[in-house]
Parts: sequence; C-alpha cells; structure tokens
Amino acid sequence: MLPRYLREPADGRTPVAYPGYRSTASRAPLRTPVDLPHRLTEVTGPVLGEDMVAAADADLTLRQGGEAQGQRIIVYGRVLDSDGRPVPHALVEIWQANAAGRYRHVVDNWPAPLDPHFDGLGRVVTDDLGRYEFTTVKPGAYPWGNHHNAWRPAHIHFSLFGQAFTQRLVTQMYFPDDPLFGQDPIFNSMPTTARHRAISRFDLERTQPNWALAFQWDIVLRGREQTPFETDDDGDVA
Amino acid sequence: MSADRLSPLVLAADETNDRRQGTPRRGTGFLTEPFRLGTTPSSTVGPYLAIGLTWPDGPDVVAEGTPGAVWLRGRVFDGNGDLVPDGMIETWQADPDGRFAHPDDPRGAVATPGFRGVGRSHTVDGGAYAVRTLKPGRVPDGEGGLQAPHVDVSVFARGLLDRLVTRIYFADEAAANAEDAVLRSLPDDAARATLIAQPSEDGYVLDIHLQGCTAQGMDETVFFAV
Repeated sequence: MLPRYLREPADGRTPVAYPGYRSTASRAPLRTPVDLPHRLTEVTGPVLGEDMVAAADADLTLRQGGEAQGQRIIVYGRVLDSDGRPVPHALVEIWQANAAGRYRHVVDNWPAPLDPHFDGLGRVVTDDLGRYEFTTVKPGAYPWGNHHNAWRPAHIHFSLFGQAFTQRLVTQMYFPDDPLFGQDPIFNSMPTTARHRAISRFDLERTQPNWALAFQWDIVLRGREQTPFETDDDGDVA
Repeated sequence: MSADRLSPLVLAADETNDRRQGTPRRGTGFLTEPFRLGTTPSSTVGPYLAIGLTWPDGPDVVAEGTPGAVWLRGRVFDGNGDLVPDGMIETWQADPDGRFAHPDDPRGAVATPGFRGVGRSHTVDGGAYAVRTLKPGRVPDGEGGLQAPHVDVSVFARGLLDRLVTRIYFADEAAANAEDAVLRSLPDDAARATLIAQPSEDGYVLDIHLQGCTAQGMDETVFFAV
C-alpha cells in the first residue's frame, strides 16, 4: 500500500504571505491553493545521500586553510516525522551569516567584515537514527530594509528533503531568548503555537569543555497518515 | 491537535462534572489519540539561498548527451510582472516509463540509467530556470487510471514564507491531459493553461507567475496544497 502523508491544517503552518514582511506583497499568490491528492509523484521524492556531501562539509569553522572568527558552536539534533520516527539518510543543507552578521553573497554589502575562513555553507546526511551535527560559529544579527531599524535575529537556514515530495522543508533555526524576536516579521509570521519549534535549546551536557557551546534542535517533518493495516489470509500485513 | 487533548494526565475542564467549574480533570494516564509531534514551521529561503543550495549539477536530471534529453525552460514573474532574479525551482518526476527513482515506487526501481528524477535551478539568469531531463511517462493515479505526464515543481524565493507547489504538463499530450484527474479538477481552461508547457526548439517552455498581473494580462499560475 502506498503511504499517504498528513495534511496540516492551515492554522498550524507558516502562511506563504505575511503583511509585516513586505516582499511577500508582490510575490505570494493571491489565490487559495488547490488540494493536490497524494499520488505516486507526491509520496516519492529525491533520494539524495552520501554522494552529495564530503566529511568536511559538517564543519563550517575550517575553510580556506584557517579558522573562522566567532563563538564556536555545535548544532545537533534529529530529523523526525510527526509520528516520532527518525528520518535516516536524508540530506540536510544549511547556510548562514558569519559571526559579524554578513553573508558571503554578492547582494549582501552592509558594512560588516567578511571572514576569509568562513563561507557559511554546510551539508550532512542524517545517520541511521536520523541524527545530524554541524560545527560552526554563531551567526550575527544583521540589519535589513523591511522597516525602520529592522534586524534579523541570529538564525541558520535549513533545507531538508525527507523521504517524499510532501516532506520537503526549508526553514530557519533560531537561538534561545533572542531579544530581536519581537520586531522580526519573519519570526512572527510563524503561528504562535509553532514558533517554539523553530528555536534551538542550549545544551550544557553536549557543550564541549574548553571548546564549543552546544545547541540542540530537532526538526519534525510531516508523518504518514494512520491507515488500518490490510492483512492477507495468513494474517501477514500486506 | 492541542496540548490538553494530547496529555494523558490532565484533561480539559468539563462543565458537566460535579467539580468546580473550570477545573481540569484528571486523565486516565493512557493516550487516547495517536501520538503526534508538531511539525517544524517553514520559513523563507531569503535572498542568500545560493550559498547553501547550489549544486554544480543542479539542472541535470539526466547527464549531458543522454539520448532523448529535453530542456524544460521558463521564467518566474512576480505580481508586478517583473522577473524574479533570486528564486529557485526544484523538479521531481518519473522517467519515460513512468517510474520513480525511489524505493516506495511499488513497480520497482527506475529503469533509465543515470536518471535521478530531481532537478534544481536558480533563476539568477534574468529570472529564467532550466533543467535538462527526459519527458516523463504516464503514472498510475492510484484509482486504476493513469495521470498525464507531469513534473512536480517546488518554487522558493525571498518573499515566499513557504514553498509553492505547481505542476508542469505537456501541450503535445492533449489526449492524456484531457483525462487527467488533477487538470480536470481545475475550474477552467485558463487555469489549466498555466500548467501546460509548450514545445520549443530544445524541449518545452512554461513561465511561472507567482501572482497574477492584470495590467500585463498575466494569469496567476495554479498552485497546489500538498
């Protein structure tokens, strides 16, 4: 039997448009999306594994033959589905600003320094238990033009494929107790009931003495619909 | 699903019981509904997605030189009719036999060597995307019929807080398109036309309109909730 994936109620999801985030005004569709049944194309998806990553891609602090500036951190966690099952062997792609809040990108030109030993790109594949881990530096906050004196809270962008087209997720991970949350429309576009799931947790136990602070963040993708098992004459699950 | 319904230890107040109004009741300790974790909310890719999401072989659903390869091309427009130069599309599709490069395809593995099913293209080149692929075959619709050949598409960009999902169909599959359940579910031919790629000199072309722009006579592409 083909799996079917949960459909999430709209009030539990980030809306595609949010009035406070100005760029959504001319880019987000105006029409209500049409429900697409979950058929073969939707319950399958890209299988992207170890050939997409190199071992060095998990450590963002060692690039171009030197060490990145900033607060060294470990970001780790598990990728699960909403039934609590691990999502193993799944590609996780991340990108982020450097410790000064500057991206290594042609359109980011605010006056904060670039770091020759930080490019802000990380990739790993989850292990058998759905676990991932990166070593990086804590990204800085940075200003943007959305409104007067607008600053993005420190965040790391995450992109995940899961195991089916329906599970595709691109999101941002935040750090605990950031004072910039209140004025950030991208953070506040998330439903109030779901925002806490975008915030990592400081973890003293995984913090490495004399080396790096640890932040734990579990990512939950949509699970499968609960369907009754069909059994054949021998009682085996079909 | 709200937290008070999930907890097996504490139930919401029940005004029909004989205790003081508004007082939560003690639960049984047994879960009465399936255990579910809340999903992580999506967010925008922002303007700097190219740092993390660039693959050197992104547009290659099949390698250069593959017999029968075609280019799927198009441009992405916003609601002002302007090109979107900082977006990204991803494609996912069956091979020419209608099979997926995925273990959940019950008919067995993909039959076409080197076919990975997935393509990724940034729209940095004047708002244009392009993936090199093989035209997909027909795929079972799960109810005894066949779907018309199609490609599932995700669109990501600054200014989109969640991905958009759409499909690409093919104009030279008129008979199959006419009996496709998804196309038939759309309100009219104008809506269907936003999903149907036209033949071009090296493959097929279909523009994506994130928003309609009446001033320029552009219809909004049909997007799907999955």
